[in-house]
Amino acid sequence: MSRPTGSGNTARRDGKVVRIAAGQGFWGDWLEAPVRQVQGGPIDYLMMDYLAEVTMSIMQKQKTRDPKMGYARDFVPLMERILPDVVAKGIRVTSNAGGVNPLGCAEAVLAVARKLGLEGKVRVGLVTGDDILARLDELIASGHELRDMETGRPLSDVRDRVLSANAYLGMGPIVEALRGGANVVVTGRVTDTGLTLGPMFHEFGWAADDWDKVAAGTVAGHIIECGAQSSGGNLLKDWRKVKGMADPGFPIVEAHPDGTFVVTKHPGTGGVVSVASVTEQLVYEMGDPHCYITPDGIADFTTIRLRQAGRDRVAASGIRGGPKTDKLKVSIAYFYGYKAVGTLVYSWPDAYEKAKAADKILRQRLADLGLEFEQILTEFVGADATHGPLAGRPDPEAPEVQLRIGVRAREKAPVERFTREIAPLVLTGPPSVTGFAGGRPAVEEIVAYWPALIDRTAIEPGVRVEILEA
Amino acid sequence: MATRKSGAKRAATAKRRGTTTVAVKTSRRPAVPPSRQTVPVQLRWLAHARSGDKGNTANVGLIALEPELYELLRREVTVARVKRHFKGMVSDVERFELPNLQALNFLLHGALDGGGTISLKTDAQGKVYSTALLRMTIPVPRALARRLGVPATPAGRGV
Repeated sequence: MSRPTGSGNTARRDGKVVRIAAGQGFWGDWLEAPVRQVQGGPIDYLMMDYLAEVTMSIMQKQKTRDPKMGYARDFVPLMERILPDVVAKGIRVTSNAGGVNPLGCAEAVLAVARKLGLEGKVRVGLVTGDDILARLDELIASGHELRDMETGRPLSDVRDRVLSANAYLGMGPIVEALRGGANVVVTGRVTDTGLTLGPMFHEFGWAADDWDKVAAGTVAGHIIECGAQSSGGNLLKDWRKVKGMADPGFPIVEAHPDGTFVVTKHPGTGGVVSVASVTEQLVYEMGDPHCYITPDGIADFTTIRLRQAGRDRVAASGIRGGPKTDKLKVSIAYFYGYKAVGTLVYSWPDAYEKAKAADKILRQRLADLGLEFEQILTEFVGADATHGPLAGRPDPEAPEVQLRIGVRAREKAPVERFTREIAPLVLTGPPSVTGFAGGRPAVEEIVAYWPALIDRTAIEPGVRVEILEA
Repeated sequence: MATRKSGAKRAATAKRRGTTTVAVKTSRRPAVPPSRQTVPVQLRWLAHARSGDKGNTANVGLIALEPELYELLRREVTVARVKRHFKGMVSDVERFELPNLQALNFLLHGALDGGGTISLKTDAQGKVYSTALLRMTIPVPRALARRLGVPATPAGRGV
C-alpha cells in the first residue's frame, strides 16, 4: 500500500490525531465503502449516516408491518463484514442506523457479533429517547404546538396523519456511550454531524460549551456526512480530471485537539480531496452560512479557512461558533396523499412537438373524465426538465424527448385512473412513440416532511444510553 | 439586454419589480460603458456550483473558479439579476457572501414545486438547480474573458 504523500506527518504536529472516517452518506450508499475504510489504512472511528428527512417514516412503516424492523437493515450485514476488523484494530463505529428501532438494530448487531465469535469484544451503545411519536398528544396537550417551520401551521392540523416524529439529538448521548466503553454506537435520529462531533469531544475532552470546538466539529461532520460527495463524487469543477471513481476513497477527518482538522482519504483510492471538492460539499444544502444550527451549537461557515496541505489533504482552521439554542428540531413525517408519474418517449423528427401534442391530449382526457388533481406537472426530459424556460427553444433535431407527466391528489382514485391513461396514448396519440415497456406507472403514497421546533427540556430528560454486551 | 441599461432605467425597472437592490448595486460599477469594455460571459466559465434543498427552497452555492474571480461574482451576480434570471421559476432570492470560500450562497425560495416528496419535478430536491444558475451571463472584461478561454461563440456566451 502506498504511503500518503505531502504533509502526512505534519498532521501529528499538535500531538494526538483522531481519524474519523465516513462509511455511508445515506441509506443506499456504496456498500463497499465502510469495508474499504476499515481495511485501507489507519482510522479510529467509522461514522455511518443513514437518515435523510423522510427515511424515518419509511422505517416506521416497516416497523408497523414487522416490529423487529424499522432500522437500516443494510447496516447489519455490513457490520458482519467489518466487525472482525473493527475489533482487531480498535475502531469504534458511530451510526444512526437505528432509525425508529435502535434496540432492534442493536440486538441484530449483537447477534452478528456472537455469530462471529466476538463475545465479550463488542459493546453496543444504544441511544434512545429521540422518538416522540407515542408522546405527541401529551406534548400537544401541554402546549407544544410543533408548528411547521415553513408554513407556521400547528401540528394539530395533521395530527391524525402523523407517521413518525423524532427529535434531532446531538452528540451528548454519543459521548456518553463512548465513555461507557461502547465500540459500536447505534442511535435513532441523531444529527449527521453529531456522529462526528461525539468522537471528537470524547477523545479530546472538550467542554460541551466550547462553542468554537463545537463549530469546528460540526463543519468536519458536515464535510464527511455525505460520503464521497466531498472526495470527488458529484464534483463539478474539472470533473473530467477526477480519476479512479470506480473505487472512490471516502473522506476521513484527521482531527486535532486545537479544533483544526485535515480532510483526506486513504492512499491508493480514487477521487480527489481538494479545496474545490470540500467547498462544494460545504455549500451543499446551505442556508444562512453565519448560522448553521445543530443541537450542539451554531457554526459560522464564513469563518472556515481551507488550505491544500498536500495531495488529497485539505486543512481547515479558524472556525468560530456560538451557543446552542434552547430548542431542538423535530422531524415529523405525515401522510399527505398520492402521486404517480408517467413517461413516454417520442422520437425525431419533431420529437418535442409530438410530446407536447400528447400532453395536450392527455390533459384533455383527464379533464373529460372529471378527474381532480392538486397538481398536474408536465416536463419534457431532454428539453426543459431541469432548467425550465432557461433551456431555451427545444431543438427540433433532438433524437428523442421524454414526456414526463406527474399528478398529485389527496385521494387515490384520480391518481389510479391517471395511471391507466398513459399507455393508451401509444395507439391513440401522436406518432413515433416508445418507452412504455415498464407498463402502468405505480401509484405512490406521499409521506411529507413537517419540520418543527421543541423545547430541549421536553426531550433531553428522556434520552437514554445503555451499553449492551455481545 | 439588461447589462446595457442605464442606471436610471435600471432603477426604474427595480421600482416596477418592487426591489431596491439593483439601484444600490449599480452605484458600485465602474463608469466605463460596459458594452465596449466587457463581453457577456456565462457563469460556467467563472464559477463552479453545488445545490441542495431545504423544503421548498433550493440553495445554490456559487464558487469562484479562481480566487481572483470572487470579487467579480460578488459585484455582478446580484440578487436582482438572479431574480431576473429565474423569473417565473422562483418566488424570492436571498444571497449570502462567503469571501473565505470565495463563494456566494443563494437561497431560491419557492423553486421546487413544493419540494421534498410532494414535488412532482424530476429535480424535486434541487440537486441540479446549480447548473441552471451557471447559464446566467454577467459582463466580464474582454481581456479576462480571453484569458479564461471563453469561446467567442454565441454558445460560449450563453443566452
